[in-house]
Amino acid sequence: MNREEITVKLTDVFRSVFDDEKIELSDSTTADDIEAWDSLEHISLIAAVEKAFKMRFTMREVSGMKNVGEMIDILVQRAK
Amino acid sequence: MLTELTPPFDGTKILQDKKKLLRILKERENEAIKLKIAVLGGSTTSDIVKILELFLRQRGIAPEFYESEYAQYYNDAVFGNDELSAFGPELIFIHTTTRNIESFPEILESREEVNTKLDSEYSRFEQMWTALSERFGCPIIQNNFELPYYRLMGNREAGCSYGKIDFITRLNCKFYDYSETHKNFYINDINYVSASYGLERWSQPRYWHLYKYAMNLDAIPDFAFNLSKIICSIMGRNKKLLALDLDNTLWGGVIGDDGQSGIEIGSETSEGQTFSAVQEYFKEHKKLGVLLTVCSKNDRENALLGLEHPDGILKPEDFACIKANWNEKWLNLEETESELNLLPESIVFVDDNPAEREIVRAQLPEAAVVDFDSPEECVKALDRLGFFEVTTLSKDDAQRNEMYRANAERASLEKKYSNYGEFLLSLEMKAQIRDFDEIHIPRITQLTNKSNQFNLTTKRYTQSEMEACAKDPAYIRLCGRLCDKFGDNGIVSVVIGRKNNEKLHIDLWLMSCRVLKRDMELAMLDELVRQAKQAGITEIVGYYYPTKKNSMVKDLYEKFGFDKISDDNGSTVWRLRTADYEYKNKVISVNEE
Repeated sequence: MNREEITVKLTDVFRSVFDDEKIELSDSTTADDIEAWDSLEHISLIAAVEKAFKMRFTMREVSGMKNVGEMIDILVQRAK
Repeated sequence: MLTELTPPFDGTKILQDKKKLLRILKERENEAIKLKIAVLGGSTTSDIVKILELFLRQRGIAPEFYESEYAQYYNDAVFGNDELSAFGPELIFIHTTTRNIESFPEILESREEVNTKLDSEYSRFEQMWTALSERFGCPIIQNNFELPYYRLMGNREAGCSYGKIDFITRLNCKFYDYSETHKNFYINDINYVSASYGLERWSQPRYWHLYKYAMNLDAIPDFAFNLSKIICSIMGRNKKLLALDLDNTLWGGVIGDDGQSGIEIGSETSEGQTFSAVQEYFKEHKKLGVLLTVCSKNDRENALLGLEHPDGILKPEDFACIKANWNEKWLNLEETESELNLLPESIVFVDDNPAEREIVRAQLPEAAVVDFDSPEECVKALDRLGFFEVTTLSKDDAQRNEMYRANAERASLEKKYSNYGEFLLSLEMKAQIRDFDEIHIPRITQLTNKSNQFNLTTKRYTQSEMEACAKDPAYIRLCGRLCDKFGDNGIVSVVIGRKNNEKLHIDLWLMSCRVLKRDMELAMLDELVRQAKQAGITEIVGYYYPTKKNSMVKDLYEKFGFDKISDDNGSTVWRLRTADYEYKNKVISVNEE
């Protein structure tokens, strides 16, 4: 999967976790841009992304990601 | 029931879709029971609470939650806090796990020292339960402890006093002793749920270290579902009846084609053994007060022939009603409901045929339908749904099938009398109508929380609220037991009146539909008026609050001779002057030994 395909798939995951069909993602999207994205929902989000992409973030990655771009970076790297 | 919320669960998917699921459940909801639940956690509880809400709403309970600050369970319980007191919980759940055990035994520690640790660990919990029940007097649900995810000494962790598994097992036993000797205290068996889920998958230390969750996120739905069963049972949301198909559900083969000797049941073959195990499982439900009925496409003679198989465990007399004919099954279920005076939501339908299950699902959406692929899966599929979770059990429960059978005999007697009054007299009915006593409080509470149809106010009480009411001199309380020549119906009616100067307000008036049209309500009214007069009451005020289910008692107070004093969108208030009252019951002898 390339970066664009990953972004499309990731957008679906975000929309379902936050129950909001209007969400659009860009590399600079952070928790501040999505109202329901708090530290507790972050947990469900990570679990849903892991399930959708059939991968596991390391614990360091989970606490280190600053924005959606960094999450996509990790997903691109794992997809190789 | 939503498919996603029916086991087996896709845990991560439920977590992902929880907002959407909640939205759907709220859209469908009508007349849910409100319940304030305080969750006192020793680890993160956020998603546990959210998923628990889904399972409760699915069964008609609308919860409101208080969650303690992270790991503040002990402080909240023992020292209290203003927010919790203001919240006023109606149910408390203490979510502690093996992560909250403060001090495990050291290797080679002496048995005496281990015992001291065990006592001190246990007393911390007992202290919480005592403080909480004194402060709130509501039901408490407490997790036991799950087994740890590693075994330092291997198998020796069990069966050696300083082993962790040994320690946890003994601590759990102490919890069970408390549970057995204290009302209103229930164990949430996380030890079983984690084993059934798979301990290896259950314990994912990453979720503890990242988020302070004491279990795998994916396991949260299994955990919350198990917890929801206890709450549903406490709130009177259990199912009441198992409607069973016959061919290939209770025995192998088709009785109409294969004949009595051709069907598979009994120890001769593995298929026969499977069906014996299934029959045994259903039969055991009778002891829990679950009604058994037959719902089968068969000629009646053939159905009875199958049930009279010499190796069969279930016999015709085990069933409160047998519907064996060629009508649509959902029509038979509707007839069963009306004959036994139950609601469709009380029914669990068990049938090996997926097509029949789909039709029932579509035509009777309130009824529960059990899905299973093969007969050996039937017990597990039904059992894990937890529709008959036991939180209280009374002697009346074990007798319930007999009571309904006696009703069938009464019905056949009724046909012999042309005059209904003569029929009632021929039943030789005797009632005991008394104040609540301690031994009957569980049954009174249970009846109060599950009566929907003959129920004027549909007010619900927890057992502790009922106990408090029983001690309060401001109330006139009546519970009525009805016997006749066919048997004892047990406690069938409850009335609570609240005294206010010379008025008596009827907070609660309900009756089991088992005893409709026997004039038991008149006997209750007579006794209420008699006691009210003794207490100097001049006016009795009755209230009717309409729900989807209680229209049968809309005019009850009118029939009793009360005057309507107000009507607000169908909610009516009624008045009776005790001085003008004429005693009404003529067919039941009351309080005579």
